[in-house]
Amino acid sequence: MFDIKDLYQEVIVDHNRSPRNFGKLEDADRTLEGYNPLCGDKLTLYIKTDGDKINDIAFDGSGCAISVASASLMTDAMKGKTLQEAESLFNHFHSLVTTDDDVDMEQLGKLAALAGVKAYPARVKCASLCWHTMHSVIQGDNTPVHTE
Amino acid sequence: MNKQNTAMNTDTSTFDIEKIRADFPILQQQVNGKPLVYLDNAATSQKPRQVIETLDTYYQEYNANIHRGVHTLSEKGTAVYEAAREKVKTFLNAESTKEIIFVRGATEAINLVAQSFGRNTISAGDEIIITELEHHSNIVPWQILCEQTGAKLNYIPINDAGELILEEYEKLLNKNTRIVAIGHISNALGTINPIKKIIDMAHAVGAKILVDGAQAVPHTKVNVKELGCDFYVFSGHKLFGPTGIGVLYGKEALLDAMPPYQSGGDMIQTVSMIKSTYNSLPYKFEAGTPHIAGVIGLGAAIDYVNELDLTVTAQYENELLDYANEQASQISDLKFVGTAKDKTSILSFTLGRIHPHDIGTILDGEGVAVRAGHHCAMPVMERFGIPATARASFAFYNTLAEVDALILAIDKCQKVFG
Ligand SMILES: Cc1ncc(COP(=O)(O)O)c(C=O)c1O
Repeated sequence: MFDIKDLYQEVIVDHNRSPRNFGKLEDADRTLEGYNPLCGDKLTLYIKTDGDKINDIAFDGSGCAISVASASLMTDAMKGKTLQEAESLFNHFHSLVTTDDDVDMEQLGKLAALAGVKAYPARVKCASLCWHTMHSVIQGDNTPVHTE
Repeated sequence: MNKQNTAMNTDTSTFDIEKIRADFPILQQQVNGKPLVYLDNAATSQKPRQVIETLDTYYQEYNANIHRGVHTLSEKGTAVYEAAREKVKTFLNAESTKEIIFVRGATEAINLVAQSFGRNTISAGDEIIITELEHHSNIVPWQILCEQTGAKLNYIPINDAGELILEEYEKLLNKNTRIVAIGHISNALGTINPIKKIIDMAHAVGAKILVDGAQAVPHTKVNVKELGCDFYVFSGHKLFGPTGIGVLYGKEALLDAMPPYQSGGDMIQTVSMIKSTYNSLPYKFEAGTPHIAGVIGLGAAIDYVNELDLTVTAQYENELLDYANEQASQISDLKFVGTAKDKTSILSFTLGRIHPHDIGTILDGEGVAVRAGHHCAMPVMERFGIPATARASFAFYNTLAEVDALILAIDKCQKVFG
């Protein structure tokens, strides 16, 4: 049976209410903006790397609960990861919200809370905006990200 | 009709809501396990059985191309198509069917006027006035025209209630003003603009005026002769008709002097390899095979609203709005966006820190369909310093019980976010 709580799980409500890693990272060496033109969601991702490693990461911007919680959870998960690990997590997350494939839930940890968006095609973009922005950063792409 | 009769006609206690709802098959369904509560009428309205059946009959019994066949089906199609034009003429109280051009919708009608009338009459140093309240479709065509011609675009600002500030309009008007383009009713806030006054003010400086009636025709009786506007546009799909069909009304003398917008079949009289002569109005602006089914369906939609009587339905919709306002104002954190004194049945709101898209999703889970976003009116959102609102927009087939369902669903949003 349909239950809205499958989408708005405790973790998501909590990360929306008090987003982690929220605010500008002054000494970031990589910064990129992401937009969702349809919803008007906007975020900026700030990343401080040490060689291949993500030392620190933060975001700011505005958006719906799904996009804010997703960015909060993602930045939490990214800290201390290498860029390769981050990219692998991106792929896992992408499968989680867009496919019916079996995904390694253990690897995803708390991110699994976003699995509910799959049932809401219109909201998948909200959850993935920060991830696409992250993906572009890893790819070394400096053009702001627009989810179509 | 005597006075007593008129009074009875506008008494909404004789308004048979159950009978009306039975005309809209789509309303009798469940969404996410709950009865559908369709409150997104400003985006598009639902279609009565009478319109659906008319489309069905056209396709099943007399589908043919029009204005060119000599065979029976084509003649029947042409007759019904042109009868629909007659209905639109009467609906708007235009002078002649030559003034009724069928287009794809309000958007195409505005683009037609901007590119045909605008390009032909506007030059550098001229001024165009629109408003902060407009739908993007009544902003962007004028921005493009200004880029093409070097004309200047000015905006009438709105106050905190979402009403146009007419003193500012007065200041913007001058001898260089060529075009004023203004929405009759705002889709984002529901504000009903004092259109007659705005038209008269434009004419006083010699400007021409286009009225975007997309949100007005489903809620109010429009009389273009009385208004005196130069152009009036609307979309069929917001008037309980099909998508892909709309109307441009223009004063005959203006349309006559305008060059064609698109060219091809139907809009010409003769074509030689050197030059073609254009067909007369309204065909000059209807190049190619038109949306025949759409036009015929729009005719049926107009019959339907005429039967109901827009003055009666508007009064009923006002009752819905009053009740919704009253109930919604009890919700802590709910903030109305757009509180004009003169307003149609649109309730735009924000809810504390809950983002409108989350409201939209949670409401949908309760079977309640609303719009969440900027409503193609980003300047309005900017004016209020918000990215988006949630918007419930009512039609005459909505009920007081549906307002209750909306309020309960809003309650649920607050519960989900604790
Ligand atoms: C006020 C207003 N103008 C113009 C339009 C554009 O109508 P359409 O998309 O049917 O061309 C709309 C539709 O949302 C509207 O609300």
